[in-house]
Amino acid sequence: MALPLRYNLRNVIVRWRATIATILGVALVVAVYILVQSLAVGLEKSSRNTGDSRNVMIVRKGSTAESSSQITREQFQLLQYWPQIARDGRGQPIVSADVVVMVTLPRRESTAEAHVLIRGITPAGMKLRPQVSLVAGRWFVPGRREVVVSQRLAARIANFDVGAQFKTGSHTLTVVGWLDGARSAFDSEVWMDANEARSIYHRDNYSSILARVVNETAGAALASRIESDKRLPLRALPEVQYYSAQTMTAMPIRILGNFLATAMSIGAVFAAMNTLYASVGARTREIGTLRVLGYRRRSILSSFLVEGALLALVGGILGCILSLPMHGYSTGTISFESFSEVIFEFSLTPWLMAKGLIFAVAVGLVGSLLPALRAARLPPIVALNSV
Amino acid sequence: MSAPPVVVIQETSKIYQQGEINVIALDRVSLTIRGGEFLSLMGPSGSGKSTLLHIVAGVDRPTSGECCVRGIDLKRLNESELADWRNQNVGFVFQAFNLIPVLTAYENVELPLLLTRLRGKARRTQVNTALELVGLADRRNHLPRQLSGGQEQRVAIARALVTDPPLMVADEPTGNLDSQSAHDVLTILQALSRSAGKTVILVTHDPKAAAFGTRTVHLEKGQLLN
Repeated sequence: MALPLRYNLRNVIVRWRATIATILGVALVVAVYILVQSLAVGLEKSSRNTGDSRNVMIVRKGSTAESSSQITREQFQLLQYWPQIARDGRGQPIVSADVVVMVTLPRRESTAEAHVLIRGITPAGMKLRPQVSLVAGRWFVPGRREVVVSQRLAARIANFDVGAQFKTGSHTLTVVGWLDGARSAFDSEVWMDANEARSIYHRDNYSSILARVVNETAGAALASRIESDKRLPLRALPEVQYYSAQTMTAMPIRILGNFLATAMSIGAVFAAMNTLYASVGARTREIGTLRVLGYRRRSILSSFLVEGALLALVGGILGCILSLPMHGYSTGTISFESFSEVIFEFSLTPWLMAKGLIFAVAVGLVGSLLPALRAARLPPIVALNSV
Repeated sequence: MSAPPVVVIQETSKIYQQGEINVIALDRVSLTIRGGEFLSLMGPSGSGKSTLLHIVAGVDRPTSGECCVRGIDLKRLNESELADWRNQNVGFVFQAFNLIPVLTAYENVELPLLLTRLRGKARRTQVNTALELVGLADRRNHLPRQLSGGQEQRVAIARALVTDPPLMVADEPTGNLDSQSAHDVLTILQALSRSAGKTVILVTHDPKAAAFGTRTVHLEKGQLLN
């Protein structure tokens, strides 16, 4: 039979200073763990949110990102009328050859610079990405040096307000609108007319082709036809799959998060251990009394383990609460695929919270194990005679 | 006809190792205590009386010799069995009361009962009866620090008798009390022996306290004098 829980509860309340220190220690570890992991989740979510299941992305073979891919005009001409590609009402193929250029622009709140991805896009390309919407201003007009920038990116890059102008190379571009990518990778992009982009950045070739396919079978057929055509050193894959493969950036964040959490949890384990050792020391005679009354060693052991786990659980809950305000907070990092600025959100999922709590309880159990063992191993007569 | 023996100690010794020196706390002690007896164990400090009490109560083990309580050789019980045996057979009263400071008088008395099969109402009745017996029913929700020394010791006695054990052991229970409280505590122990038929062993070096017992034995340097 275990000791009543109120015995533990009242003991931790009596030793409130040590209790608060332990709880705060665990809370801090759990908050850091959850926040860093939520960054990784947010980044992955942003990649996963991107793409339409009916679209196929075509890039150069061997390219992992659009920015490092090249497709010639001949190659585009050759494949745009293939039967696997869907047609619109006027019989035109629904396909867009985009130009993706990386430019360096000053940040809004510091003198540092960021790499920003500019996408030269055709009207078909915009239709192929219906999740992107205009939230301020208007769309760019082909033939003019105009761009529409992501609203989230505008918060981080200088001169991205609607009506503002910025210089890239020898050209000046005017921001005429803000787009919203619905928490997708397009939240990290600047859009302009494809021909305009090719002209000012002197690009003969395209970066990628996005095509609507007739159906899933046609998508697979398109991929295998491109694969077998010796004239086309290209690779086709579903757009959704292309973007979900762009989650490599999240990996270092995950590793950093795990490393930080592990390092900090060692500290928290020692804090819990210290608290419980002090508690065992102060309660030695109590332990002796309980043993004389008939409580077995394992009752004493489990009582101290429960106490440690309880303390840590409260710390874990506090850590979750501390990290909650960051949910949905937009931030940016450098993509490890394209080296451009990537905008994403802290994403605190229930599963992440649950993992944080499990982590906290584990810290509590590990921290209380040695003090609990010491308490349980005390011979009753030795415990009774302690002062 | 005298009552059957409850405690039988034969040639029991206890030797402590202190560095390289062996300290003989008990030296081949033999003693028989009968049911319902109130035995006062006297002797100067370090004479081995507490050691003897701890061995009889199953808190400590002898180095050699036998200690049978109600026909059970305590040597044969392992650590867990001994814990269960103490819960069912021994009520322990300490000099420093040893109440759990964060638990109320009621909860302290209830502690040994949590290890029994008693549930709910039956357990409440038993705890309340024990508290009434020591005259502290109205203090059941007080924490130990809200009680006087005498009251604390009476709560400790209630805790010792709540499981209705046949054997009550008290280690200098009046050592920390004023004379009136000491008298109250000893009267309760005497009543337990006389009217409830419990075997009581009292360790004391106060002859006045010892006089409450039905028999007094003296220990000196680990040996029984009479």
